Amino acid sequence: MSEALSFRFHVDGDDFTSAGQASVQVKKDLRRLGVPAEIIRRVSIAMYEGEINMVIHAGGGEAEVRVTEEAIEIILSDNGPGIADIEKAMQAGYSTAPDTIRSLGFGAGMGLPNMKRYTDYMDIQSTVGMGTTITMKVNLA
Amino acid sequence: MTVKELAEKFNLTVHALPDGDREITGVYIGDLLSWVMGRAGADQAWITIMSNRNIVAVATLADTACILLAEGVVPDEGVASLAAEKGVNLLTSEQGAYETALAISRLL
Repeated sequence: MSEALSFRFHVDGDDFTSAGQASVQVKKDLRRLGVPAEIIRRVSIAMYEGEINMVIHAGGGEAEVRVTEEAIEIILSDNGPGIADIEKAMQAGYSTAPDTIRSLGFGAGMGLPNMKRYTDYMDIQSTVGMGTTITMKVNLA
Repeated sequence: MTVKELAEKFNLTVHALPDGDREITGVYIGDLLSWVMGRAGADQAWITIMSNRNIVAVATLADTACILLAEGVVPDEGVASLAAEKGVNLLTSEQGAYETALAISRLL
């Protein structure tokens, strides 16, 4: 099997309006690799939601996208406050985002549910006060 | 119908039209960006009143045919040039979302 292709991005936590740069870049990279459009759509939306979450809640973080023959894997890690109740956070409509974020059209409590919906596998590892790592996979086959 | 044709027929204000030949297949109306990303279909005209920079990323990722700001909403500063740079069509309609969607529906 061929070696995994990997893209790494730093997600800047200071500038909310620039969020999305990594996901848009991933979209371009995957298109160049000839990945089917619907797969690209799912990967880039799931990643954008994660990116937005890291900017809103964690002051930024790191994103890695790995492409193998079987799947596209997205790993998002931050050193933010962590998620106290993952089950609650996964509920559609539940959000802890501040009003300033809501006024920009985010914070509807749809981020994590969208990430789950658009991927074939999703795992959240989070420790309060330490940070969060989310691993998602979209199958290619 | 292409985005350029829509702009001409419906007399829309064009802020950025880098991909005017893009075909419109339907309409999605929404302002909550995660809902839009989750629900809007590729090649749909996305009608919203959100005018901040994030709409460009959302339109790119959801692969909508264009962003259509309703109610005469003007994009925030720098959003038109960002849209042009990212290849996203950005237009404004003086009418409300419902009237705009109806007009597109008649033209499709």
